[in-house]
Amino acid sequence: MAQTGLEVRQLYSERDDRVLFAELCFTLSAGDVLQIAGPNGSGKTSLLRILAGLSSRYQGDILWHNHSLEQQRADYLQQLLYIGHGAGIKAALSPLENLRWSCALRGLPADDNPIRSALAKVGLRGFEEQACYSLSAGQQRRVNLARLFCIPAQLWILDEPFTAIDQRGVAEIEQWISDFANTGGAILLTTHHRLMINRPLRIIELGER
Amino acid sequence: MALVSLALAVLRRDLLAAARRGSEWSNPLVFFVMVCALFPLGIGPEPQRLAELAPGILWVVALLASLLASDTVFRSDYDDATLEQMLLSHQALYPQVIAKTLAHWLLSGLPLSLLSPLLGVLLHLPAAGMLALMASLALGSAVLSFIGAIGAALTVGLRKGGLLLSLIILPLYIPVLIFGSSAVKTAVDGGPFLPQLAMLGVFFLIALALAPLAIAGALRISVDQ
Repeated sequence: MAQTGLEVRQLYSERDDRVLFAELCFTLSAGDVLQIAGPNGSGKTSLLRILAGLSSRYQGDILWHNHSLEQQRADYLQQLLYIGHGAGIKAALSPLENLRWSCALRGLPADDNPIRSALAKVGLRGFEEQACYSLSAGQQRRVNLARLFCIPAQLWILDEPFTAIDQRGVAEIEQWISDFANTGGAILLTTHHRLMINRPLRIIELGER
Repeated sequence: MALVSLALAVLRRDLLAAARRGSEWSNPLVFFVMVCALFPLGIGPEPQRLAELAPGILWVVALLASLLASDTVFRSDYDDATLEQMLLSHQALYPQVIAKTLAHWLLSGLPLSLLSPLLGVLLHLPAAGMLALMASLALGSAVLSFIGAIGAALTVGLRKGGLLLSLIILPLYIPVLIFGSSAVKTAVDGGPFLPQLAMLGVFFLIALALAPLAIAGALRISVDQ
């Protein structure tokens, strides 16, 4: 049995006196894919930001490998790859320069080969040296998603990864998610899109009350 | 070693991004030149009066230019969400913040101090004061960059943080202004200006040691919403 990675117990959060979610409990083990669904404003992004450790506006417990997040913070962050709905890249820099910086933040050795192959994998071969502002919205999104392939992690937290991505790209990302889960990764994502993956998919609906 | 390479990567990226944009680092510099050039027109061209006021004018305008530049330290990183990546790195925020502030100083304070002798000539600052002016501006603007970065980190999450930023950091700028302009004045009078520079050095070391902690904490608060 795969070990429990992330465990959430009795999570509660509110925003502007409105309860986003209460008594939220779930576990996420290696190989799990968990989709957070719900209408706009139901707190999906807030939940992901809390789980990524960016927001402290919650009550309840979040455990990583059976220890609280505060104790395990450095280890947790090393295993976590969070892709928010912001751009995540500097428009003035090229994809290569952006990813060099992202990899340096994760303490990876300065080596362009993994970055180039990650960019090739997201379909940006030939665009490595071009400034990001000259790329289309979907291509910029792909630059951000290329981090999935040059930064090793155990847990992906993806906030609306399909935004601005074309149909074939959506299928590709679904394939990446399945592949990552097959190799023992855990994935938590929000999307309004119906996921087509060949892995058991769990869905948590927020905003149902 | 890992921390040094992290800091270098952050520094390289910030300098590269600033070099491509241009306006961000040139605006405070243009402000510095324009305002200093206006003073002889405003208070008359008498060399003696200008020379008397020059140390104060140069330092006050440099301080305002630095204030103008401080808002940009984290603004674009916040807007394009790359700040989240910084905070989510398992490595310490301390070297990243130092590198970002250093990049900011290289793009604002250093050009300011390199340009200052030119404006000193414009304001009839005696030649004896030039070295003190450059040295005090170079050292002082580094302190200003650290203080400005604290204010920028505190207000980056606010839509209209401009006025608040000034209110937070201006009082902290004042000691730097006092010792900086006093160094130039003393040098013009022919006295030893090393004590004032030493005080600026003390400010710099305190800022280098403590400001990154404050900046890192403020950034976490600003992003936490």
